[in-house]
Amino acid sequence: MRVTVRLFARLRDIAGVGELTRDLPPDATAGTVWDLLVAEFAELRAYTPAISVAVNADYARMDARLGDGDEVAFLPPVSGG
Amino acid sequence: MSGALAAVTTAPLDLAALIAGVSASPGYGAVAAFLGIVRNENLNRRVTHLEYEAYEPLAVRALTVILDEARDRWPEVALGIHHRIGRLAIGESSVAIAAASPHRADAFAACRYAIERVKQIVPIWKHEFFEGGDVWIEGATADPTDEAARQAALSRA
Repeated sequence: MRVTVRLFARLRDIAGVGELTRDLPPDATAGTVWDLLVAEFAELRAYTPAISVAVNADYARMDARLGDGDEVAFLPPVSGG
Repeated sequence: MSGALAAVTTAPLDLAALIAGVSASPGYGAVAAFLGIVRNENLNRRVTHLEYEAYEPLAVRALTVILDEARDRWPEVALGIHHRIGRLAIGESSVAIAAASPHRADAFAACRYAIERVKQIVPIWKHEFFEGGDVWIEGATADPTDEAARQAALSRA
């Protein structure tokens, strides 16, 4: 299956792109995607304890199972206001 | 935006319109309002401007969660939260909150609760530009199910 990945703020700067697609095995979770990204962009690893994840624009957990066409977003600590 | 009580927008914020949007009922005796504005200094850096970025659909959803939480806690309060994104100059408003209520105590409390929750769970980020560089500001790890964080916001309200 194929998912769209969204990255924001400093995570986007590290990856150099805010949106990308990844092909995943059928049992993949949001955490699977994050692990792939960390392998590709080593600077992301430091964010592992601090990020939030959303699937299809709703907050989710790293163990959330993904489906084909899902949008997975990784969010660094927020700073609105 | 068109009157929505939870909104993320690139347009300048209109607090008067937001107040009008929450205070229409003749039963209200108080409106408390909050504006967050861009300051020219942060951590001894001379800030030149900010750029706010959002994950918009989730940001609107998180703002709506805050409205729902406030309604549970203060059922008589009408609350609205508008957050601006994009490039903001010093002195411009980044967030506008208005809370209308029959009595002032609940209006103040809901307004304070709302800004604390914005800082906890809304996926919006400040990119600070200052003399000599720029930095992404990183605050809270967003988790709407974190009950301790919600209680901390309530305790400040």
